[in-house]
Amino acid sequence: MEVVALLLDGVWAALQPTNLGLAFLGVVIGLFVGAMPGLGSVNGVAILLPFTFVIQEITGTISSPMIFLAAIYYGAMYGGAISSITLGIPGASTAVATTFDGRPMALSGNAEKALVIAAIASFVGGTLSNVIFTGAAPLLASVALKFGNPEIFALMLLAFATFIGLSGDDIPKTIISICFGLVMSAVGFDIISGAPRLLLFDSTQWFSRGIQFLVLAIGVYGIGEMLWTINSSRDSLKMTEANITLARVWDAIKSFPETWRGTTIGSFLGFFVGILPAAGATPGSLMAYGVTKMVSKNQEEFGKGRADGVAAPEAANNSASTGAMLPMMTLGIPGSPTTAVLLAGMVIWGLQPGPLLFTDQPEFVWPLIGSFYISNVIAVTVNLACIPLFLKVLRMPFSILAPLIFVLSVVGTYAAYQNIYDVWLMLIFGIGAFLLRILDYPLAPAVLAIVLGPIAEPKLRQSLLLSDGSWMIFLERPIAGPITIAAIILLLLPLYGFIRKRMKASKAS
Amino acid sequence: MLIVRKLTLGLIALLASLAVSAAHAQFEPTKPIDFVIMAGKGGGADKMARLMQSIVEKEELASRPLVPVNKSGGSGAEALVALNSATDPDHTIMVTLNSFFTTPLRQPGLGIDIMTFAPIGRMAEDTFVLWVHKNEGVNSFEEFLAEAKARGSGWVMGGTGSAQEDQIITDFLNDTFGLEIKYIPYKGGGAVAKDLAGEQIDSSVNNPSEALGFYESGDVIPLVAFTSERLPMFPDVPTLAEAGEDFAYYMQRAVVGAPGMSDEALAYYTDLFAKVYDSAEWQQYKADKSLLGDYTSGDDLANYWQVQRDRHEVILKASGAIN
Repeated sequence: MEVVALLLDGVWAALQPTNLGLAFLGVVIGLFVGAMPGLGSVNGVAILLPFTFVIQEITGTISSPMIFLAAIYYGAMYGGAISSITLGIPGASTAVATTFDGRPMALSGNAEKALVIAAIASFVGGTLSNVIFTGAAPLLASVALKFGNPEIFALMLLAFATFIGLSGDDIPKTIISICFGLVMSAVGFDIISGAPRLLLFDSTQWFSRGIQFLVLAIGVYGIGEMLWTINSSRDSLKMTEANITLARVWDAIKSFPETWRGTTIGSFLGFFVGILPAAGATPGSLMAYGVTKMVSKNQEEFGKGRADGVAAPEAANNSASTGAMLPMMTLGIPGSPTTAVLLAGMVIWGLQPGPLLFTDQPEFVWPLIGSFYISNVIAVTVNLACIPLFLKVLRMPFSILAPLIFVLSVVGTYAAYQNIYDVWLMLIFGIGAFLLRILDYPLAPAVLAIVLGPIAEPKLRQSLLLSDGSWMIFLERPIAGPITIAAIILLLLPLYGFIRKRMKASKAS
Repeated sequence: MLIVRKLTLGLIALLASLAVSAAHAQFEPTKPIDFVIMAGKGGGADKMARLMQSIVEKEELASRPLVPVNKSGGSGAEALVALNSATDPDHTIMVTLNSFFTTPLRQPGLGIDIMTFAPIGRMAEDTFVLWVHKNEGVNSFEEFLAEAKARGSGWVMGGTGSAQEDQIITDFLNDTFGLEIKYIPYKGGGAVAKDLAGEQIDSSVNNPSEALGFYESGDVIPLVAFTSERLPMFPDVPTLAEAGEDFAYYMQRAVVGAPGMSDEALAYYTDLFAKVYDSAEWQQYKADKSLLGDYTSGDDLANYWQVQRDRHEVILKASGAIN
């Protein structure tokens, strides 16, 4: 009950005009940086960090600057979906999984439905995770501490397994695609030995920084998708149908309960992955997509514009961003790149992040938690109200849209890391993705691998260092064991299906 | 006589005006200043750099903004190369740590000579402390030595990166005290702190700023400081020197300018960061995070670099990281 009283106080503080205004401003900025390819919440928060000093001076409280930055974080999670759906370019790395089904929905004339579902799923995911956060933050923090290197690796293995074991896709091609992504993620300096790997050129500009995930994602989904559309509609360049009538938006809102499965999975899985340090919202949304597809009865519809496939990653990325706040606020450890910058902010404002924050700084913590709820309400309202505006993008003829996608892809790639070599790489990836797509290779597994590879590999090797090379470490530990076994079973499922088919065939003959 | 006097006066006036115009020749940035950070977003160096940027902004110390650019690739190699090849050295500065010394040594192919970088100012020296979890049952450095010796390679030390600061200290402990501590590299100090708090590892040599949260909550305890004198924040924690080993190790937190920076620009930035150093916020931060060291610039800083570079060369050679 004490928690409820504290929360109500916090919500009240967040509703004060200054804080409400800051949350609104933050959400709008967040929507914009989220929707701009290349710019994500981490850029938005980092760019505006010095500005918070001014906010702190004017308002005289330490929670107001954080409310502003957290609103940017949430807004960006909503915004990422907008360009994923309307342009097919992931607005931010957290929204890559949203393109898998969001883009096909838009192409088949259901863009408004995709946008509405993305917004509402984001809201549900954000709010559900806030409730869990409020109720169980200290408890969950101790769970996060139980996840050492072997546990996190086991979880990553499970994520890979959902992508291999579930699909009706061509399994050898899926595995090749994953391996391609893993090789890409291995480029750069090895964290364990410090040795350079696969640098190819004797230049620090190209590969010594590793291949950034966003470079691949924009190449594959921006340029690759653009080339694909040009190729497949060479003779009949038509614009996408996108009727904006209030009735259609209302229909979309009414259809939201259909996606309960994806939304629920996304909300809980996203939150859980979010609280594990080192993971964050991008793996959270990809895993939510994979699991939702796995448990669905209509697996073959995924990737072709299924509403569940939009709801799951969108619920998950919002939920994961709240989840990532948990280790930040209870342990002083970032759960995602953006919370790392938020932590830097807390230090600048003179706070000591760590396990004592909740007891020592309630006047910081509770208004902030209150603002999480408020920011989500603002974000979903602004987002739904702006859908007609977003849909205008789709009404552009493709002959205008294609150059726009190209420009946004180039600018976005450069903006992310200010490195011109990334732009060349992105173009190469785009052309490569287009060719692979003609050959019918699934590209989502490669994207998953380049996100999870850099997390999984160090965890694998740190675990093996701990166990002196024994693989049993993944089976013997009480938390890692069951997860590893589940992953192995999932990995073997296709093999089982294959054997059963052969047995049936031999019986029939 | 009159003419001589007039001439003298004229000469004085001329000299005076020359002096004034010399003062006018002072450097002022004409565009935003690239503020390269030799580490990723959210790490210790990044936090510090963003604090400096905020102080400059808040106190309006510079007429143009500092624009932070994170270049974390290859243990700082990316940042060093970016500075080395900066097209406008008068507007390119960088926040460094000890990879400023180790990375050019480990990768001679980069062609980096740190002595060509402009010595703007050392803002602090970060300190290292040995931490264990409270449940470990180890309460002093002597108990740590006994326990670690008994467990051999079963004692696990987590640290940031490989062949960098934390591993250098671990190697030193192993060599000096005949231990076989197993070192596990992590990506950053935050992950190390979390795994120590979760008892996934047995000890760490985190900077105080990284371990402070769990220290204040009582989860981890400091055993020994790798400094020449006891830290004001931990007056009861002995130094390694008190345990009989004359070993102190620090991490520089310095601002450097790109090679080729003009003397005027160097003077400008030296002055700018002296102001940042003197600000109440920076002094508070230094005290809060147990940072040491006075503001050092110019030749003093260059000499410090030379000493540190040579020292790291010896350390890395001894550990076999370089030939």
